[in-house]
Amino acid sequence: SDTKVMTCAAVWRMPKELESGSHESPDDSSSNTQTLELLCHLDNTAHGNMACVMWEPMGDGKKIISLADNNILLWDLQESSAKAVLSSSTALEGKGQLKFTSGRWSPHHNCTQIATANDTTVRGWDTRSMRQIYCIENAHGQLVRDLDFNPNKQYYLASCGDDCKVKFWDTRNVTEPVKTLEEHSHWVWNVRYNHSHDQLILTGSSDSRVILSNMVSISSEPFGHMVDDDELSDQEDQHQEEKIKEPLQDSVIATYEEHEDSVYAVEWSSADPWLFASLSYDGRLVINRVPRALKYHILL
Amino acid sequence: MAEVTAGTGAGSGAGSGPAGSPEAAGGSTGGGGWRRPHGPLQRYYGPSTAEAAEAAPDPTDIDGPHFDPEVFMTKVRSECPLGQLLAREAALGREIRALDSDMQTLLYENYNKFISATDTIRKMKVDFRHMEAEMDDLAANMAAISASSARVSAALQDRHRRGAQLAGVQALLRKLQALVEVPGRLRCWAETEPARALRCHARARAVLRHYRHLPSFRAIEDESHAIMADLAQRLRTRLREEMLDPKELTECVEMLLQLEEPAEELSEEFLSQAGARLEAELAALEAELPAADPSGSAATPPPPASDILDFVDRGSSAFVGTLCQLAGSYRALFGEDTGRLEPFAAALATRYFALLERRLALEHGLGDTSLLVRALDRFHRRLRALLELLPAGADAAAALVARAARERVDRYLRALQTFFLGCLGDVRQALAAPRPPGKEGPGLPDLLATLAASVLGQLKAVLAYVQLFTARDVAFASLPYFKGEFCVTAVREGLVVAFVRWLCRTARGFADGPAERGAPAAPPALLLLLARLCLDYENSTISYILTLTDEQFPPQDSGPAVTPGPALCAEARAAAQRLLDHYVQVQGAAVAQMLRKSVETRDWLGTVEPRNVRAVMKRVVEDITAIDVQVGQLFEEGVRRAQSSDSSRRAFSVYSSSRAPGRYAPSYTPSAPMDTHLLSNIQKLFSERIDIFSPVEFNKVSVLTGIIKISLKTLLECVRLRTLGRFGLQQVQVDGHYLQLYLWRFASDERVVQGLLDEVAASAAHRCLDPVPMEHSVVELICERG
Repeated sequence: SDTKVMTCAAVWRMPKELESGSHESPDDSSSNTQTLELLCHLDNTAHGNMACVMWEPMGDGKKIISLADNNILLWDLQESSAKAVLSSSTALEGKGQLKFTSGRWSPHHNCTQIATANDTTVRGWDTRSMRQIYCIENAHGQLVRDLDFNPNKQYYLASCGDDCKVKFWDTRNVTEPVKTLEEHSHWVWNVRYNHSHDQLILTGSSDSRVILSNMVSISSEPFGHMVDDDELSDQEDQHQEEKIKEPLQDSVIATYEEHEDSVYAVEWSSADPWLFASLSYDGRLVINRVPRALKYHILL
Repeated sequence: MAEVTAGTGAGSGAGSGPAGSPEAAGGSTGGGGWRRPHGPLQRYYGPSTAEAAEAAPDPTDIDGPHFDPEVFMTKVRSECPLGQLLAREAALGREIRALDSDMQTLLYENYNKFISATDTIRKMKVDFRHMEAEMDDLAANMAAISASSARVSAALQDRHRRGAQLAGVQALLRKLQALVEVPGRLRCWAETEPARALRCHARARAVLRHYRHLPSFRAIEDESHAIMADLAQRLRTRLREEMLDPKELTECVEMLLQLEEPAEELSEEFLSQAGARLEAELAALEAELPAADPSGSAATPPPPASDILDFVDRGSSAFVGTLCQLAGSYRALFGEDTGRLEPFAAALATRYFALLERRLALEHGLGDTSLLVRALDRFHRRLRALLELLPAGADAAAALVARAARERVDRYLRALQTFFLGCLGDVRQALAAPRPPGKEGPGLPDLLATLAASVLGQLKAVLAYVQLFTARDVAFASLPYFKGEFCVTAVREGLVVAFVRWLCRTARGFADGPAERGAPAAPPALLLLLARLCLDYENSTISYILTLTDEQFPPQDSGPAVTPGPALCAEARAAAQRLLDHYVQVQGAAVAQMLRKSVETRDWLGTVEPRNVRAVMKRVVEDITAIDVQVGQLFEEGVRRAQSSDSSRRAFSVYSSSRAPGRYAPSYTPSAPMDTHLLSNIQKLFSERIDIFSPVEFNKVSVLTGIIKISLKTLLECVRLRTLGRFGLQQVQVDGHYLQLYLWRFASDERVVQGLLDEVAASAAHRCLDPVPMEHSVVELICERG
């Protein structure tokens, strides 16, 4: 059985020096490579290959959900994370061999909901009862690759997949997507909302591109500028200018083509909302900033 | 007396002759002698003024009136020689003699006449004296006659006057008798001939009224009044109770008017009578319509008993005819003040229109358009009579006709759409029909040709039908609506353009809709067929159709704006592009799915040494060959990329990505420990980025390239997700080589295939625990054997 490949999951601790607060120069850390500290394994021998692991968002770091083949496993970390105990689990039953490909833990509703993707279907689950709460059949024409919850609007969910599309859903009405983006020319592997400005959407695709989109119309930002009377009287000219550029449409802000091969991961910085990284198959990690003009437009 | 005169003349001539005649006679000829006797006569009657003027006083002219013998003699003596004088003297002597004899002859000849003239004059003198006396007698007689006549007339005057008086009395008596007879006559006629009674009464009325202060006349008047009142009463009853013909009605009301019934009231009654009659006619029309059934209209109403032409015919002859007649009578009776008539007629006409509209709504099917056109035409023609009465009715009628026409056009559009869907259904069936082995079904080109031809034929037929609405002999075709707006808005935009748009939309619908949401997806061949159809539309059919339409329905210059052909063509092209792209995606996805499953389900670690190409790869090649055949039936070959254009592209690619290494060198240099990795990076610098799901061109090679790209890219991504053993890697190697052997010829640029397969192999090597590639010769051997 040594010819068997098994995807596993484990909990690690980052070296102390790299945690936030330490301001050592990158030169030092690169010269002095530090290793991760293994805390515990998530035992999945009974459940199959691990497809995805998620921390509880905004929690105290004690809960983990992992997706293994067709199982959803909820783990409790005990004894200062030295031991992972399976607290509850459920299995997706259905015709054929069902396998989860991806999942996301919603930061809303007290972190009681997760969304999973298997094949072309997106499902929502309640972690308390481990029951399915909604199901988007045929969310994409082909395999769904990734999901992300809007951090500021509780029912909004983004998904992407092999049909080159990115779709935005309102989980209260799953018959039709709220919005669809078709900018990539191959499978979209990742979709990420910006943590603070949820109109900024980052997608990475195996067409080697990273696309930053501005989805103003479905973001939590008020659509159209609220003008205070005081401000208007004070700085009328300035507002006049802003009004002209105000009706900002949903649009692609930038397409980043620095990668030479498929991009398999994109992620926003958790420290700086204007910074993001993308990683491609050839091992290239690219860090980019949101264009300055847009940043000021959003901030001002 | 004459004799004396002549004698005297001759004597004087002769008397003077001896003095100078010998000289004068020589110059005169015989002719002059013949003329001379007239001279004295002429002189007697007075010379003509002309002669007097021309006769200059010449004392030497022997025949002139101013002849002066002295001057003549002096002149002759002084001028002429002796011989001449002698000759003249002799001539004169001869002349004088001749003259004398002439005179005697004349005298003898005219003597009797002188005598009788003298007698006559003497007799006349005696007669006149007698006549005067008779005239006096006559005058006396006349005076006597006139006196007696005056006496007679004076005697007769008195009688004459009495005679005239008597005649007057007799006339008066006759009139009186007539008056006395009036009531009797009236009574007699009132029963049978009210019109005559009325005339009689009208004649008598003025007189009776004038003499009403006389009791006897008043009695007559009262009596006749009573009779007439009775008549009026009867007429009113008739008016109120009986159903009268329009003509009878008119007569009746006319008589009542003459009877000086109040016009206001009468007009009201007239209208109510007329209304009742028209209502009855409307009701008769309505009876033909199925009862309005607001609840269960789903049930198909039974087909109307008579066709629309019949209906309109009856409606217009009965209702419109009566209405016109009544309106005419009304005007004649009550004058031109139509304040009451107009709303009345308008209300009825509106109901009639509503009925007709309901009837038109029953024309569900396409039926016979010529019948409809004729019916509408008749309706419109008949209604013209009403127009002067109801100006508003014209608009309503025109609007009705326009609506009906528009409705029919819309129906045609729907019919066309249904027809097209039917054709599509046939095509789908033909495509899906199981083919007996060895026997080819109808080829795609045949299906396409059939589809295009039948749709175009149907469209043409529809245009021909619709053209009936604008035919020259149809009255309403001259309405401005039918000249301008109908052609442009209804036919060109509403029918032709709408159909083409709908066709494009429908075709697009196959690409956009059902792939994700339930409904059964269209077979790929259908997508291909529709793409070709749309492309053909863009290339030629649209412009043909539009030209045809513009010919048959010439647009007005000032008409509403029309959709330009290029815009439609662009829509068709977009639809074609979308369909073809979708075709590529569907076919690519099918192949890709096959590859993905084959990669995902295989255990790449535990596999044995490859001896064969995997069956799925053969299947892939077969499928792609089949697709190639399918596409080749409808699309041109297309161009393969020529080698020469290659170097420039490569140069560009180098240029465009040359900025990358400088900028990101620090980020990947340390993370590229393996040579292969570095190599593949460098290799990528020189290759063009491939857009996998990119729009394709309208040719076979481009389509096939698209499908192959999608398939191979999927293979690549799937392999990257697996972990392979040594033999797994070798199997991938074999498969890749096999694909390359058979797929390069389908692609526009074989290096695209090569590049993708190289990446598959490289990725497999990355993901291999024990990367020992197979000998290339062995790979080739296996592939050839397979």
